[in-house]
Amino acid sequence: MNAKVDAVLKPVETGVGPVQAMIAVFSRDVRVAFRQRQDLLNPLLFFVMVVTLFPLGVSPEVEFLRQSGAGILWVAALLSVLLSLDHLFRHDFDDGTLEQLVLQPQPLFLLVLAKTLAHWMLTGLPLVLLTPILGIMVHLEGNSIAILCLTLLIGTPVLSLIGAIGAALTLGLRSAGVLLSLLIIPLYIPVLIFGTGTVAAASEGAPVAGYLALMGAFLVLALTLAPFASAAALRISMSNS
Amino acid sequence: MSEPLLQAINLECERDERLLFQNLSFSILPGTVTRVEGPNGTGKTTLLRILAGLNDAWSGDLLWCGEPRSRQRESFLRNTLYLGHRPGIKPLLTPMENLRALMAGRRPVSDKLLSQALAGTGLAGFERVPCRNLSAGQQRRVALARLLIADEPLWLLDEVFTAIDASGVQAIEALLQQRAAEGGAVLVTTHHDLQLPGMNRITLGQGQNHEC
Repeated sequence: MNAKVDAVLKPVETGVGPVQAMIAVFSRDVRVAFRQRQDLLNPLLFFVMVVTLFPLGVSPEVEFLRQSGAGILWVAALLSVLLSLDHLFRHDFDDGTLEQLVLQPQPLFLLVLAKTLAHWMLTGLPLVLLTPILGIMVHLEGNSIAILCLTLLIGTPVLSLIGAIGAALTLGLRSAGVLLSLLIIPLYIPVLIFGTGTVAAASEGAPVAGYLALMGAFLVLALTLAPFASAAALRISMSNS
Repeated sequence: MSEPLLQAINLECERDERLLFQNLSFSILPGTVTRVEGPNGTGKTTLLRILAGLNDAWSGDLLWCGEPRSRQRESFLRNTLYLGHRPGIKPLLTPMENLRALMAGRRPVSDKLLSQALAGTGLAGFERVPCRNLSAGQQRRVALARLLIADEPLWLLDEVFTAIDASGVQAIEALLQQRAAEGGAVLVTTHHDLQLPGMNRITLGQGQNHEC
């Protein structure tokens, strides 16, 4: 390399480290979300409404609700995460912050991971916190509610992480909603099956450690692989816009 | 002659089955201002996005300090500042928060320096107003405040004069010139009649555009 150019160039080390950059991305997303609280409430309201309407629409009998309550809550949580996914990158894409994110010198998958974690904290986590109340409403037993919360706590980050891939892939499209659902729902099915399966096993008194271990494996798999896929998808969407 | 920072060799880009440019070769040397010109739709923005690394749909060679850019990714990203049509300003955040977030990914900057930069673009007193309450020109100015504290040697500026008033335009012109004098390189697309001494030009859309 030529000496003259070297004199102008800034060494990479004078920039910001990946961890600080992740914290900056995370805190900006949280700050923006709290400036627009109705967007935060939307998935929560959807969750509560679906769970409330189910007994009215199908059957308010205690026996029925106790049996299907965990499934209802899981499906409602899954759909409300799906509803919120389109916002994950859309606003950033529209105002240009996503371009700047892609051009940051830190590895993009880490920055995407920070964004995804912020998304989970703002949508998935509140759902988990609401679950005990709604669990009582559908007559679940104490033990089942605890297990249900635990499965949602492990499961909702997986939903956010996988969802981020779909959101990034459909970013350049004008009507992304339907395609996003079609892409993502098949990948959500295993999480749903094992999530509700764990609660069903717990209510029958069967051991749940194996189920939980499998869900933990889902989480680790999503945590380690999904950010790479989302980052690659973001680059493609960016290139096509 | 000094070594070019960025060198393009035989760049070719096709968009929507239309050839935007081909056999485009140029060098960006430290200490120069280069203007990309051409009518609407001739690929000025696309060229800048290609150079910034946002668009991958091109063929040819891009050299960063004499080596292929793909192998110098981190150094390239650390040393290049791209300002696009969409300025990267969140309407819900204040100018201060926006600037802080934009700089947080690039290099550590003190809050004092940030407010100085905002004051330098005429935004003193607006630090705590959400950007959606600012005018379009003021929002652009928030993004332009980055230029006052940027240490990247290569600037890629897309339509940087949009929505800026006459005195602002003058200030930017002076800034670009000063930047070049300090050894930085600036590539700018604009429809504004930019005249700087010693300015290079890249002209797009000179009859090479045809349906294919």
